[in-house]
Amino acid sequence: MPETQTKQVVEVGYGGNERLMMNMGPQHPSSHGVFRMILTLEGETVVAVDAVIGYLHRCHEKLGETLTYVQYPSIASKTDYVAAMTSELAYVSAVEKIGKFEVPRRAQYLRVVAAELQRIASHCLWLGTWCLDMGGALGGGATVFLYCIREREMVLDRFEELTGARLLYGFHQIGGTRYDAPPGWDKKVRETVDFIEARIDEYEAMLDDNTFFRVRTQGVGVISRELAQEVGVSGPLIRGSGVSYDVRRAEPYSSYQDFDFVVPVETAGDCYARYRVRMVEFRQSIRIVRQALDGLPEGPISSRPGVKSVGQVRVPKGEGYTRVEGARGEVGCYIVSDGGPKPYRMKWRGASFSNLAVLPHIVPGHKVADVVAIMGSVDPVFGEVDR
Amino acid sequence: MILPPAAWHAIEAFIVLNALLLLVAYVTLLERKFAARMQSRIGPYYVGRPHGWLQPIADALKLMMKEDIVPTASDRWVYNLAPIVFLVPCLLIFATIPFAPELGVADLNIGVLFFLAVSSLEIVGLFMGGWGSNNKYALLSAMRAVNQIISYDLPFIFAALVPVLLAGSMQMSAIVAAQQGLWFVAYPVVGQLAFLAFLVATLAAENRVPFDILEAESELVAGFRVEYSGMKFALIQLGEYAHMLGTSFLGALLFLGGWLGPGPAALGPVWFLVKAILIFLVVTWVRWSFVRIRVDQILAISWKLLLPATLVLLLATGLVVAVRGPGGG
Repeated sequence: MPETQTKQVVEVGYGGNERLMMNMGPQHPSSHGVFRMILTLEGETVVAVDAVIGYLHRCHEKLGETLTYVQYPSIASKTDYVAAMTSELAYVSAVEKIGKFEVPRRAQYLRVVAAELQRIASHCLWLGTWCLDMGGALGGGATVFLYCIREREMVLDRFEELTGARLLYGFHQIGGTRYDAPPGWDKKVRETVDFIEARIDEYEAMLDDNTFFRVRTQGVGVISRELAQEVGVSGPLIRGSGVSYDVRRAEPYSSYQDFDFVVPVETAGDCYARYRVRMVEFRQSIRIVRQALDGLPEGPISSRPGVKSVGQVRVPKGEGYTRVEGARGEVGCYIVSDGGPKPYRMKWRGASFSNLAVLPHIVPGHKVADVVAIMGSVDPVFGEVDR
Repeated sequence: MILPPAAWHAIEAFIVLNALLLLVAYVTLLERKFAARMQSRIGPYYVGRPHGWLQPIADALKLMMKEDIVPTASDRWVYNLAPIVFLVPCLLIFATIPFAPELGVADLNIGVLFFLAVSSLEIVGLFMGGWGSNNKYALLSAMRAVNQIISYDLPFIFAALVPVLLAGSMQMSAIVAAQQGLWFVAYPVVGQLAFLAFLVATLAAENRVPFDILEAESELVAGFRVEYSGMKFALIQLGEYAHMLGTSFLGALLFLGGWLGPGPAALGPVWFLVKAILIFLVVTWVRWSFVRIRVDQILAISWKLLLPATLVLLLATGLVVAVRGPGGG
């Protein structure tokens, strides 16, 4: 926000249009991590927003250049720590693309199961925190939050059985997956998704026709189709704005072409549309998980031998970009290889980073209370924004 | 020993005040347990097993021992006075509430008026806190508070005046006596509508979700009390819960027949308490079920819907009373 503008308006004096600069974040209950918004307010109305990012910068891209192909996948999960599986998948797919490593079909299916369970877990957290933003820690929002966390916990239990970890997995490796599904795991996963499906009905019953929820979300934070395409948002945001774009459908990876699923599209572009898109995605993810478990092929889980030394994987000279559909949108990974055990250069395309860029376009004109509702509906994860 | 009547009143007030503070403390435990059940958890448990019955005491002790911080840039006098100015009207409202016939500090003949007048005074302390803190969040919250409480006091008063009209008196005990045959909540049409309006206005007047925009911790962190700590914070919290409890008592008196109920007359205070807690729990239930609505939407509900509706209701009640005469039944 240019300083001169603010000063100029304050001198105007009475008239109800004096401006107030308010700092929201980086430490704020609804900043979803560490995000700073400098709001310029006229009364309760936001006239300008200045978004400041970078509080969680951890040199991820530089780390990618100093760590080997074997080491980095478990670090990759720390970019988007709420949906760690998809960032790992983006990294290993890029390496596999450059090195033309084959991935066995069983590994591909396991990757799909992991990615879709991750989407369910991530959306659970999104719904909970979003309602927390709108309803407050001392209100109905906390109730929804605790329900959602209860369901997310079940998915994390399944991940713990699969990989031994609950948040950052290190499940993927170049050429396949590191762990195979333990005996009986698929049955447990089926029970989990059945249970969660029933719970999603409950969330919808609680929120869909809830007048208070609707007045807070409908018509708030409208992203037009044009704006969405111009800014380059992806994931539920662009699908909520009437563009049917999903990487799983547009450019299938990891045998997504085998599965039958619907890409939900809403045209309103407001917070409620994004909510609807994500609620349908919940069910579609459950559908994909079931199909993948039904058709889970037998065979090896990796085309390459198990990891023995960190310099084990060498990739020929070349470069490659892959993208996967993360829970928040398109997660891209670009790698330039010089033939050694480490990338020469790597670059992340974080879905949250691009989605967050839409905030200054849609927030002005809304009330302070809407700012947090819009922020929550964008669902940023700041590990992925700042990297 | 014979004491002058004033001394008796002082002793009475002292007992009521202390019983009340204890009740307020335990109402917080009740709310926490109730909310915990709604959210499929257990709530306070370890402090005073089983089920954390010592938790309110522990909370109070903790707050007493906390460091009291006064921001350097604050308006010291206003900042330090605000919790007291906020708390006093919240406790004063109990002066006119009789807990049974002849059991109360003062059964004024304008009891309802006194209650309504004093309970609106809390806004002064609230605004002082928001202003004196010299914090932008607190200031915004104080602005919202003035907006909201002024908007909702009118429907609140109109809704509370319906039983007054029906009973033909502003004296609390007279209103209860008028409900001997029929509680006003059961009075055809006007009684139910007035009770509903009363509940909605109560939510807003007490700053509970979905109308808790002045606290709004996800937007304004903690609203007007963001800078308060230690005992000053405790006073504000105490005032808020006392106000809530007082309003529940008022609702029980005006609509649910106060201490009337089956059994011997000695059970009256118990019935009264049960009814008040019931209203409190309904408010809590709403609080833990809904998301908060926006400040402009809150004002729109008040001025466009609730205020005209309660006004019409009051006129209708006047008509009913003119035709049927005062009193329930």
